[in-house]
Amino acid sequence: MSTTGEGMAPEVESFAFSEENLEKIRGILARYPEDRRASAVLPLLHLAQEQHGGWLPRAALDHVADFLGMPRIQVYEVATFYDMFNTEPVGRIQVRVCTTTPCWLCGSDEVLRACREVLGVEVGESTPDGRFYLREFECLGACANAPVLWVDDDYFEDLDYARTKAVLEALKRGERPRPGPQSGRRGSMPAGGKTTLLFEEK
Amino acid sequence: MPKLVIDGEEIEVPAGYTVFQACELAGKEIPHFCYHPRLNIAGNCRMCLVEIEKSPKPVASCAMPAAEGMVVHTDSPLVHKARKGVLEFLLINHPLDCPICDQGGECDLQDLTLFYGPDHSRFEENKRAVADKYLGPLVATHMTRCIHCTRCIRFLTEVAGVPELGGCWRGEHLEITNYIERALHSELQGNIIDLCPVGALNSKPYQYRARIWELKKTESIDVMDAVGSNIRVDARGNEVMRILPRLHEEVNEEWISDKTRFAYDGLKYRRLDVPMVRRDGRLVEASWREAFRTLVDRMGELPGERMAFVLGDLVDAESMVLVRELAERLGCPHVDCRQDGAKIEGRLRAEYLFNTTIAGIEQADFCLLVGTNPRWEAPLVNARLRKRWRMGGFRVARIGAPFDLTYPVEDIGEGPETLKAVAEGEHEICEALAKAERPMLVLGPGAVARADGAAVLALAHRISERFGLLGEGWNGYNLLHTAAARVAGLDLGLLPGEGGRDLAGILKGVEAGEIELVWLLGADEIEVSRLAGAFVIYQGTHGDRAAPVADLVLPGAAYTEKNATWVNLEGRPQHGRLAVFPPGEAREDWKILRAASEALGRTVPLDNIFAVRARMAELAPQLARIDSVTPAEWGGFGRRGRLTEAPFVSPIADFYLTNPIARASKVMRQCSAEILRPVNEKATGTHG
Ligand code: SF4
Ligand code: FES
Ligand code: FES
Repeated sequence: MSTTGEGMAPEVESFAFSEENLEKIRGILARYPEDRRASAVLPLLHLAQEQHGGWLPRAALDHVADFLGMPRIQVYEVATFYDMFNTEPVGRIQVRVCTTTPCWLCGSDEVLRACREVLGVEVGESTPDGRFYLREFECLGACANAPVLWVDDDYFEDLDYARTKAVLEALKRGERPRPGPQSGRRGSMPAGGKTTLLFEEK
Repeated sequence: MPKLVIDGEEIEVPAGYTVFQACELAGKEIPHFCYHPRLNIAGNCRMCLVEIEKSPKPVASCAMPAAEGMVVHTDSPLVHKARKGVLEFLLINHPLDCPICDQGGECDLQDLTLFYGPDHSRFEENKRAVADKYLGPLVATHMTRCIHCTRCIRFLTEVAGVPELGGCWRGEHLEITNYIERALHSELQGNIIDLCPVGALNSKPYQYRARIWELKKTESIDVMDAVGSNIRVDARGNEVMRILPRLHEEVNEEWISDKTRFAYDGLKYRRLDVPMVRRDGRLVEASWREAFRTLVDRMGELPGERMAFVLGDLVDAESMVLVRELAERLGCPHVDCRQDGAKIEGRLRAEYLFNTTIAGIEQADFCLLVGTNPRWEAPLVNARLRKRWRMGGFRVARIGAPFDLTYPVEDIGEGPETLKAVAEGEHEICEALAKAERPMLVLGPGAVARADGAAVLALAHRISERFGLLGEGWNGYNLLHTAAARVAGLDLGLLPGEGGRDLAGILKGVEAGEIELVWLLGADEIEVSRLAGAFVIYQGTHGDRAAPVADLVLPGAAYTEKNATWVNLEGRPQHGRLAVFPPGEAREDWKILRAASEALGRTVPLDNIFAVRARMAELAPQLARIDSVTPAEWGGFGRRGRLTEAPFVSPIADFYLTNPIARASKVMRQCSAEILRPVNEKATGTHG
């Protein structure tokens, strides 16, 4: 899928959760009955991926399986089934462009063009320095603010070519641009101003 | 008991049946790929569609419970159209490589395509291609052919209890894989080759070797362990090409172990195919005439008490009848069929049988394993235990070395001390044992083949009587054998006679110069170096451990090369049949013994196999009741005595290399190296 860049998290022989994550995991496991520990596989995989810089080496999958006492193959199945888990080395910052119909109608092609230009890579590739990983994604569930770009834990919405470029360039400089609609509207209020509840609030 | 109408006929089926099963009961054949009666229902291939009235669309019958008043059509135009559609979709990504596919001629997809397949393809895109996976030395993969029925995954997860295959990725990209490109770790993995309805999983050793229609199929019995699995030996010319399971619900269901399936290449290597005599320190080829002359020279004048017979693990019952008759005529009391040194007395059948029977395991609710590793000693007994565990309400405790048996086991101790505590009612497990309605105990070879074996047997006897292992129609006491020959040997009384020595005594006798000649009938698992002082006759099939120290080698026939009776650990006699002829000058063993008796002037007057079997029936009437288990009468056995502290150890250190045939097999050696060694390494590393 992608080549190993220098900046990417490396392949490793062994993996173990950090103290901090173990603390979080205690909380996660408390949600499930003792004999249903395997239910925690998704949150644990997310933590492992985050801890390892954006992708899951086999050692991490094995660790999660052994940690939860489930067959390793079942963790491989889960990790490969879900798109949000990467099982091969990719860039640390994950840039995902929604290209499903609503976003596409609202101009996701332009968003994608901006991404390609700023990052200099094609969809499915990571930048040579290993910092960014560009992907297409199916509906991110924020169609009211289409088109949408999802970077790590943040949604950037109401994008066009220029706004996308601005966001990515800020990211490239190491800044953390303000997530949410980039058009200035609040949340997902109607784009052209209110159409209901027009009376004055007393 | 719901009543349904299937193709116009009313039928009543047991509650819990699916529509598929109801149709089968009604004699309708429903095409299917993913459904398998011994696996959980997956319902993912859609080939089993039928029409059910009042249902808006065709229904996957394998996943639909049969309900009162259903009106089912299995042969309507709608059904045919639906099946055609499903098949066309399955074929979209299936390669058209039947001419080079090993499954060709025995492929479900090929067969069904004949009935429902389109005559041409409407699919103009590229077919999808999937990279082959590495699953070890036994299972070859051609994953582009896979139709994702998931039978292989379900088998390994459910029946074998070694969940190592899965479906990774998804949708169009779904791949059946173990993800790690390493050998599978199940000793039942070969069964997924049979289960795979297409040619995605093939036998690696058999790959591209033969076509099904060239093979001569012979129904026979396996001898790799004492289970007596029913097998089919497929041969081309005089070569065994492969071995497959045959259905026997009470023994192996439809599975066989990998040793049973894949050790056959050992039949080709290291074979003894001419008689040999030792001349000037070297074994040289000889004719049968010369061999018998040497035999008569050495044995003719020797008093019976100065010679001995030891029988190995793969000896057929007919040969043992001959050994018994011959030893009697020679006045030789030193006969032993227990080459592992088991302290079985053999007076009472109940002592040495698996009395619960293999199928009977399914009725048990508690099992105490003593000195046994059933997973390696009898994989199909272990599969039954696992099957019972999966039904629920089954507790298994073990005294012996820990080993992953694929189901939960409580380890309560490692040696005879714990067994004694249980027998005396002083162990906490006794409560569960006493409460169980149908408790069973399995005594393994590791518990009886030791100095205090008789005392261990006595303890097992005490436990059986004390904790209700013997009830109305229930006998929970079991001895688990690993040798296909053992039960027949014990039934036929191939044990030391009046003043006779057991194996240990024979070895001592040789060292003391009291025994001058030892006839080994396929006995390779003994300390052969201690035989140096005697004239050793080795009659058997392979140049394994004993033949190199022999002074006279008589080449015998392997299990695929003779008509023979085998008695499994339950005491079930079954007939194996000749599939190919013995190589070179090798002969059926009972015939060699018959000829030897004549040369020695002590003719055993049994001239054909029927006469041998008639004599067998006189010696042990139960052996004439082919394929039936004659329940054994209970009585006293074992001998109280000093117990040692040594923990119980299973005699099998390597599942794949337990007998001369397996040791000669390249495939088995490869398995041992690739499947077992990494396991042992892993035990110290990341696993567990
Ligand atoms: S490999 Fe064979 S058994 Fe396994 S899912 Fe594919 S078709 Fe089914
Ligand atoms: S289509 Fe892009 S968020 Fe729904
Ligand atoms: S056999 Fe019913 S869906 Fe496969």
